[in-house]
Amino acid sequence: MTPISRGFRGRRDASADPSRVPPGQYVTGDFPVLSAGPTPHTQLADWSFAIQGEVDEPRTWTWDEFRALPSENLTTDIHCVTKWSKLDTVWTGASVDTLLDGVDTSAEYVTAWSDGGYTTNLPLEDLTGGRAWVAFAYDDEPLDPEHGGPARLLVPHLYFWKSAKWVRGLELKLEDEPGFWETYGYHNYGDPWREQRYWGD
Amino acid sequence: MNALDGNAIAGSLLDVFGAEMTTATGVCGSCGTSAPVAEFEVYLRAPGAVARCRSCRSVLMVLVTIRGLTCVDLRGLAALGLAPTSGG
Ligand SMILES: [Zn+2]
Repeated sequence: MTPISRGFRGRRDASADPSRVPPGQYVTGDFPVLSAGPTPHTQLADWSFAIQGEVDEPRTWTWDEFRALPSENLTTDIHCVTKWSKLDTVWTGASVDTLLDGVDTSAEYVTAWSDGGYTTNLPLEDLTGGRAWVAFAYDDEPLDPEHGGPARLLVPHLYFWKSAKWVRGLELKLEDEPGFWETYGYHNYGDPWREQRYWGD
Repeated sequence: MNALDGNAIAGSLLDVFGAEMTTATGVCGSCGTSAPVAEFEVYLRAPGAVARCRSCRSVLMVLVTIRGLTCVDLRGLAALGLAPTSGG
């Protein structure tokens, strides 16, 4: 029997294993929508994904090309800097390893950029090694625009603002450059287990 | 999710500026539209609050509260002026 009822999942959340909840976080069964701007509604025909910057040759994928890449299903916990955590979230996406396959770069940093102008910065090594995805489905359904669809970055080991909604590309860089919230005092790295919410944490 | 308006950040702006700011007039640095702060489009459900121009959606102000201290960045405003008060 594969289907698991939402009720069952909800009860599991309520009695969450404390070792899965980072300091200062509470577990929610909801999926709060966080947004710094209007929800873009990019048509799939107009969508593309780019790897650019310090690379031997920029790469781009149309939606159909992106969806033809190998994808993975994963179940993971997510942690938002506004203090909610959600356990056992189910995603489908292409790993960043897949997108970077064959890309020759000396970059150590990445700026992820999105429709609507949002950016966030991450070390390249945090996007590789099976730790980051460009996700296009949530709970086996196409990712809702409010939650970042058609595709969002998913980097579950960092606070969720690093998992840029409506992501359209990764710019590989030699130098680190703070993204949108990082510029305003949020932590440059954002490890929930070390409670790195703000600069200086 | 629908945007709120500038009244949603009235309290934070009062704390920072020490004045009622919703009647102040802001000029968008991108498109030049002039509007009272109360009419800005405000998105609260993010790590901080973001106020945008209702005409071109550019970011006008960003408010973050970190360790109890609220900071306001007026990055997208070409001008922000308090309206003349009526009387004394
Ligand atoms: Zn404007």
